[in-house]
Amino acid sequence: MTRYLPPIVLVLLALAPLWLKDPYLLNALITGGIFTIGAISLNLLLGYTGQLSLGHIAFFGIGAYASALTTLGFDVGLFGDIRIVHAGWHPFAGLLVAILVSGACGYVVGRLSFRVRGAYFVIVTICFAEVVRLVALNWIELTQGPLALTSIPQMKIGFPGLGEMTLRTKAQNYYLMLAVATLAYVVVARLVGSRFGRAMRGLKENEQLAMSVGVNATRTLTVAAAISAAIAGAAGSLYAHYFRIIDPDVFLFAYTVTMVIMVVSGGKGALAGPVIGGLIFGTLPVALRPYMAPEAQWIVYGAVLIAILFVMPRGIAPYLDDWFAGRAAARSSAPVAKPQLEGQS
Amino acid sequence: MSAVADAPILSVDHVGVRFGGLVAISDLHFDVREGEILSLIGPNGAGKTTAFNVVTGFLKPTQGEVRFRGANLAGLSPNRINRLGLARTFQRTSVFPNDTVTDNVLIGLHREDAGASLLDAIFNLPRERAGEVARREKARGLIDWVGLSSRANERAGSLSYGEQRLVGVALALATEPTMLLLDEPVSGMNASETQNFMRLIRSVRDRGVTILLVEHDMPMVMAVSDRIVALNHGKLIADGTPDQIRADPAVIEAYLGKSAAAREAGREAAHA
Ligand SMILES: Nc1ncnc2c1ncn2[C@@H]1O[C@H](COP(=O)(O)OP(=O)(O)OP(=O)(O)O)[C@@H](O)[C@H]1O
Ligand SMILES: [Mg+2]
Repeated sequence: MTRYLPPIVLVLLALAPLWLKDPYLLNALITGGIFTIGAISLNLLLGYTGQLSLGHIAFFGIGAYASALTTLGFDVGLFGDIRIVHAGWHPFAGLLVAILVSGACGYVVGRLSFRVRGAYFVIVTICFAEVVRLVALNWIELTQGPLALTSIPQMKIGFPGLGEMTLRTKAQNYYLMLAVATLAYVVVARLVGSRFGRAMRGLKENEQLAMSVGVNATRTLTVAAAISAAIAGAAGSLYAHYFRIIDPDVFLFAYTVTMVIMVVSGGKGALAGPVIGGLIFGTLPVALRPYMAPEAQWIVYGAVLIAILFVMPRGIAPYLDDWFAGRAAARSSAPVAKPQLEGQS
Repeated sequence: MSAVADAPILSVDHVGVRFGGLVAISDLHFDVREGEILSLIGPNGAGKTTAFNVVTGFLKPTQGEVRFRGANLAGLSPNRINRLGLARTFQRTSVFPNDTVTDNVLIGLHREDAGASLLDAIFNLPRERAGEVARREKARGLIDWVGLSSRANERAGSLSYGEQRLVGVALALATEPTMLLLDEPVSGMNASETQNFMRLIRSVRDRGVTILLVEHDMPMVMAVSDRIVALNHGKLIADGTPDQIRADPAVIEAYLGKSAAAREAGREAAHA
């Protein structure tokens, strides 16, 4: 039964622009979807390796800047007379550069912090995000600092035989978002189901035992961090070319929190988790907007999150899984059996 | 016993381990020969698990070194040591409790076919699928070997203690070791499970895997071991065949206390 759910959901989502004509709603879905891609990438780390990246937005933001700068071009002086001049490339090249640059950053951050892991990784990621934000704010020659990078070209996609298409309408951007989200979902699903995913799960469940059967903890976690960051970078690139303007505020801690909420409410360590969480917390702002001020909305988010976790401590997806399996009652006390889920150990 | 070659596969060379002021092991020195079943015995706290942790890279010795098939293990991480062909089970949990028995063994097989890359998995290439089929086949064989076929799809954490120990052994064997270290594998097993386990140990050895066993169950140790090394307070107190160890005054004293040792000695004298 649950096997057919992902394709069904995909079809429903693909039909959304057909009946959803309100550009405001479509915009909300695109934005929510872009952050859901970020949440899918975060889930690979948080859900499957148990490592919490509280600076995950850094990889998203780096992807956004990398993609924007690759497309816009830049001309910056390093030391002395040395200048780096780059003429703008195709936006699709921007997307690929974003994936590579963010992935490389994830690799380096993982490499630096996974020897010790746990709380140390959390701290390194927070610091990394803050440092990157300060760089974006102060390296004005490259990033325009608080003045923002503007006029970022819209994404262009080439179709074999059909020529190239510039994504101008909301519906087109919606489908791009959906395509990237689907790809991200499939990549994570394949990884998690492979022996690489087994190694990750082993590390999370019992690190010593995993190492004793040959799992290279540092390497496994570093590769997971790199892939996770690369996917977040792709999301950042979509963000840049959709909104066409980015400033250092893309590195705000609140965005990381949004992704963490999506993952935790939907169910970390479940493929569907970030998708469900993303659908709820991506559309909640839209649903609430007519009724309350933005500040008050945050309170509702909090209340919804608490309510979800109160009823379903492991998140919605695992709860539904159990429910489908017809043993919700037997399992609702199960999570207590593994106290040290993430961090430590 | 069956053919026992003389070359040491593992040498524990004057190893010492200190935890702050506590000396857990001092000057421990013994060899394990290829193809034998060697037991390491000693009362609680004697330093047996600590010795295992040193050999498998989880602890750095304060002195001495360990060599496995000629290679010095100093500074190698546990996963590297496993790749050299040394596998172990743990005294407490030796399974991934939330995974099925099959998935447990598959984690042990994750290095199989290491030539395939992550991209194979992401694109789900035929090579990856073929590898997966082969790994599952292998896992089935291992689970069969330890006698858990009927449990293959159950959560490892839901099995009895004795069965979990068997999963641990299958998991360790999945890494295709040339030597296997077992830390109290029959604790929590009943008599018939223990009998089965002894058969399993022998069959593992007969397939060319050298075995180092830590166990408190003396009848089992005496029955299954080619040789025994006894530890007390981190020091080696005896090294010999089961018969020699059974009669060794230092071993008797370590297990039963001084007065019992004296009594035993008196009885021996009376018999003589
Ligand atoms: N990580 C550690 N830190 C401090 N002391 C330790 C540590 N590990 C073991 N010890 C101490 O070292 C000594 C040897 O412990 P070890 O676990 O090796 O004994 P053992 O022979 O395996 O005992 P048992 O038969 O009860 O398993 C004990 O006194 C123990 O308290
Ligand atoms: Mg012990």
